Amino acid sequence: MKAESNLERILEAGEFAVTAELGPPKSADVQVVEKKAGFLKGMVDAVNITDNQTAIVRMSSIAAGALAMREGLEPVIQITCRDRNRIAIQSDVLGAYALGMRNILCLTGDHQSFGNHQTSKNVYDMDSVQLIQTLRSMRDDKVFLCGDEIRNGKKAPIVEPRIYIGAAANPFGDPFEFRVIRLAKKANAGVDFIQTQCIYDMERFEKWMEQVRERGLHKKVKILAGLTPLKSAGMARYMRDSVAGLTVPDWYIERIGKAEDKAAEGIRMCVEQIERIRSIEGVAGIHLMAIEWEHRVAEIVKEAGLLPRPVV
Amino acid sequence: MVRDVKKLLILGCGTCVTVCMAGGEKEVGILASTLRLTNRRNNISMEIMEDTIERQCDREFFDAVADKVREADAVLSLACGVGVQFGGEVFEGKRFLPGLNTSFYGANESVGVWSERCAGCGNCVLDKFGGLCPITRCSKSLLNGPCGGSQNGMCEVDPENIECGWQLIYDRMKALGLLHKLEENEPVKDWSTSRDGGPRKIIREDMVQ
Repeated sequence: MKAESNLERILEAGEFAVTAELGPPKSADVQVVEKKAGFLKGMVDAVNITDNQTAIVRMSSIAAGALAMREGLEPVIQITCRDRNRIAIQSDVLGAYALGMRNILCLTGDHQSFGNHQTSKNVYDMDSVQLIQTLRSMRDDKVFLCGDEIRNGKKAPIVEPRIYIGAAANPFGDPFEFRVIRLAKKANAGVDFIQTQCIYDMERFEKWMEQVRERGLHKKVKILAGLTPLKSAGMARYMRDSVAGLTVPDWYIERIGKAEDKAAEGIRMCVEQIERIRSIEGVAGIHLMAIEWEHRVAEIVKEAGLLPRPVV
Repeated sequence: MVRDVKKLLILGCGTCVTVCMAGGEKEVGILASTLRLTNRRNNISMEIMEDTIERQCDREFFDAVADKVREADAVLSLACGVGVQFGGEVFEGKRFLPGLNTSFYGANESVGVWSERCAGCGNCVLDKFGGLCPITRCSKSLLNGPCGGSQNGMCEVDPENIECGWQLIYDRMKALGLLHKLEENEPVKDWSTSRDGGPRKIIREDMVQ
């Protein structure tokens, strides 16, 4: 075991993992985190705490993660390279570990032009692949990026952050042939688990998984398939037209459009997807990104037959 | 910016900004005429002089306009940001004002189109990426491949106008038969040779007198 997190134990035990996402509030409102955490407790193995997603200012992922832990959740702290340089990121990794956080997801980060501070300066001192490498050397080599040992002085003990390292993969971005190369680079850098961009185009995902298996990458890293249940035809169209790096086949939009209870249909489609994903060799779990729909996660996990969550 | 100036010299630069039609002799003339018309309409009395020198990044070329600069209350320089600052150094105590918003140092893609190619990071990586710079051409300056926002060859930041730098690199490396090179992990970059290391200076000892 590298970090002894619940997520690592579940995946190492060969259980089909379930993670979800908790978006911190656009305010200092603690109750928002507590309420969302309440919906997710016991339903999933770990919960991603997003880091100012789409470049909109929110409560910091580490602070919201600490609140989520208080509510009994295991967080996966998301860290993007957009807002912090290597000094700030390594400092935050020490801080997150000190607070008991054991999973970190390494991301490049959405460009600030999508958010609510479009005139800001970005950082991108390193990229997500280099961030993975940084966390790995902090954990395994017990050194900072600069080579210094992680100790407070010559005679002080080495206390390195033992993190279970995650990253994202987007099988739907271009160039398609490069996508598996990028995953291979993340594996080389030392990533432990991957959560994919949300999948609607199952054929393309299966094609990508084929390439993943050809390179044996599914044996090196645990791959969790990303899913976002659709709430309405409008949301489906929005995801198709306005979210970069995402494809939504038309039949999704037609099917949800025709349904009487759109939300229930969206959940049904998500459950069907989970069933299909479970049959794909090399997929180790699912990552449910129910955007502002945390209260429906339990229903999806239950319908998919993934409750109760195993204790290992 | 120039409203309160009584005697203004609009000073063009004969090199890069002339070629890209932003600050040469012709643009100096257009700006001077426009400013005169505007001033007349607004009852502002301002004497406007015009001139253009070969380069504003070399001390010697300023000699040709020394008298006019001394005569003027302020100089509106149509050079890049280098010329504006250097003019102020050559003529100590004289106000040099920027006439352009200097954006980047790029190439002339086609008639009327210029685009950025080099960020002057001081630590060139072009050899690794088929002669295309990911620092300049990728919106996030990524060194290990495209982010998830690359779609149909375009960048998510502006899918109408910005090409995905990594799609370009991928295509070039594939054509060169060097795709395997892109599988190597690129370590964190040393930015100390870039702006992050502070203002930069190059000294050729063999030329310094």
